[in-house]
Amino acid sequence: MTVILNQSFTGISIGAVLLLIALGLTLTFGQMGVINMAHGEFIMTGAYTTYVLQQAVGGAGVPLLLALPLAFLVAGGLGALLEWLLIRRLYTRPLDTLLVTWGVALMLQQLARDLFGAPNVHTTAPDTLTGNVSVAGVVLTTNRLFILGLALACVLGLTLMLRLTPLGRRVRAVVQNRELAEVSGIATGRVDRTAFFIGSGLAGVAGVALTLVGPIGPTMGTNYIVDAFLVVVAGGIGRLRGAVVTAFALGVLQAVLEYSTTTSVAKVVVLVAVVAFLQWRPQGLYTLRTRSLV
Amino acid sequence: MSGLGISRRGLLAGASALGASAALSACGAKVGSDTSSFSGTKADTSGDTVKVGLLNSLSGTMAISEVTVHNSLLLAVGEVNAAGGVLGRKLEPVSQDGASDWPTFAEKAEALITDDRVVATFGCWTSASRKAVKPVFERHRSLLFYPVQYEGLEQSPYIFYVGATTNQQIVPALDYLRERGLTRLCLVGSDYVFPRTANKIIKAYAKANGMEVLGEEYAPLGSTEFSTIVNKVRNAGPDAVFNTLNGDSNVAFFKEYKSGGLTAGSMPVLSVSIAEEEVKSIGTQYLEGQLTAWNYYQTTPGAANAAFVKAYRAAYGADKPTSDPMEAAYLSVHLWAAMVEKAGSFDAAAVRAASDGVAFDAPEGRVTVDGASQHVYKTARIGKVGADGLIEEVWNSGGPVRPDPFLKDYTWASGLS
Repeated sequence: MTVILNQSFTGISIGAVLLLIALGLTLTFGQMGVINMAHGEFIMTGAYTTYVLQQAVGGAGVPLLLALPLAFLVAGGLGALLEWLLIRRLYTRPLDTLLVTWGVALMLQQLARDLFGAPNVHTTAPDTLTGNVSVAGVVLTTNRLFILGLALACVLGLTLMLRLTPLGRRVRAVVQNRELAEVSGIATGRVDRTAFFIGSGLAGVAGVALTLVGPIGPTMGTNYIVDAFLVVVAGGIGRLRGAVVTAFALGVLQAVLEYSTTTSVAKVVVLVAVVAFLQWRPQGLYTLRTRSLV
Repeated sequence: MSGLGISRRGLLAGASALGASAALSACGAKVGSDTSSFSGTKADTSGDTVKVGLLNSLSGTMAISEVTVHNSLLLAVGEVNAAGGVLGRKLEPVSQDGASDWPTFAEKAEALITDDRVVATFGCWTSASRKAVKPVFERHRSLLFYPVQYEGLEQSPYIFYVGATTNQQIVPALDYLRERGLTRLCLVGSDYVFPRTANKIIKAYAKANGMEVLGEEYAPLGSTEFSTIVNKVRNAGPDAVFNTLNGDSNVAFFKEYKSGGLTAGSMPVLSVSIAEEEVKSIGTQYLEGQLTAWNYYQTTPGAANAAFVKAYRAAYGADKPTSDPMEAAYLSVHLWAAMVEKAGSFDAAAVRAASDGVAFDAPEGRVTVDGASQHVYKTARIGKVGADGLIEEVWNSGGPVRPDPFLKDYTWASGLS
């Protein structure tokens, strides 16, 4: 029983990581239809922001909390810059966007290598986030609880933003019908940039959280980019709800398979399951009409 | 990939085979006809200087580690020259970049031997690159000095293996655990040839020595999700964990391990791929108190090591750590120089014949060449990661261990090769 509960928590925590890395992408890829291969590098930017802050401020907990908003701004700013420089010229050419952003990803990796050196760097986690709380034999690690909380907070924030704010309304309007939005007086270019800013910023926030569980290096983004796309595609492009359900479903599936078989087998089976699922439901779990895809 | 970043040994055995065969077919036509004229004397020893080849990855994913080895080699060549050279000749180092690509290693080895006409070559890191260049050195009867610990089960007449073989690293590590009563183990490794070979050896040892392997877990190379593996380890409840993970996975594994409440005190992890450089990139917060198995640490006592660390820092920066493969590279140049002096000739056959018993007071202590296996007697050392990120020795084998790449002296290993 303890084993089942332990693995359930593991599954949920894997799901939380997946959700966090995919969340920004649901906005930029899902809502806007931009295949942004540099999404992983925005995650990396967030992680390095944490590192730099810690070097500058010292200590462990304070820089981590400060890093959350700062990484959002830094990664978001980079995203907005990328959108303004390149992507806005390529909205009608999704495949070119893919290649261009991949090139940008490589350049960002090299930039990180030049700035921080090729070897990984490490940050010091606050003591409260390197331990665990044990509930009836179930070990809940605090860093995973933190990531879970952060992921849910981000989902909530993004949902509220899209539902309730004028900006959210404009984003949804542009996604549903660009021309009509434009003739209604919405500056679609500015909406695009803002949405891209938020999506990229969320990747930065994910990067901060990932310093607690994984390596921090120039190529760390490549560890996560495939999983992020997997979640968005299987969840149904453009649906936040789809990403949430899919992330946790894949996390739990991975945890169950991994425990009963091996890590390698679990990875393969999860991929096969997603492919099979998309054969049956190519549009993903939930659907929404988008601008440039489908 | 980066940082830790290194799949140290036999990554991609398939790729190496490919590289080797490509090199064979590329050169076969050119050199096949005049094999008889070789007799190992492509080397040019006519001038006041002789060339030595340094074959390391100066670019690509392996560069992080191999550049440090290259630096150590240059340092040693400089020292040999400062002491008057070898047989009265100064050494001229010729660097070639293997570019982390195994076929490139084979090409560059070919270039060093036939174009630069070097008297000996030092380098390679991954087993894949070593296996790629092996036929090149054998065909030209030229010598390679290989500085990294590896999976054993190999013996080429034209390679000197200066790093540890399994009975100088993994077997002593198991001895150490057994002596401390840590007899119930979990094995965690990356999913490729080195960890699987190592774990085969560990299981055979365990069976014969009353130890118990409770679990064996592999993660794909580069995997960064270890919560399930840590759960499995916790449920199995071993006395210790034997870790053959490589690269970035170590970061994720140790973060998960500590968060999961497993500590060096209650369930130590003994790693064979974590040296001073890796400790820096994982963070001592996660590694303090954990164990490693090597032949050399930056903290190894002795005048030779003090001089080595000082010289390395003076040349490459005060914050640069020195590690086991770097030290092996450094000593390999000095060992070769001593062999040549003893042989009185740069000729590969003469050097090989003279190699047995040649010794050098290396930073790790006295090392002696075993002429029969062309490996080196080395002292095995278990270390503990300290709060300062350096590794302190807690146990050693009491003296140099005779190299036994095929584990012939170990009855329990009879079924392995």
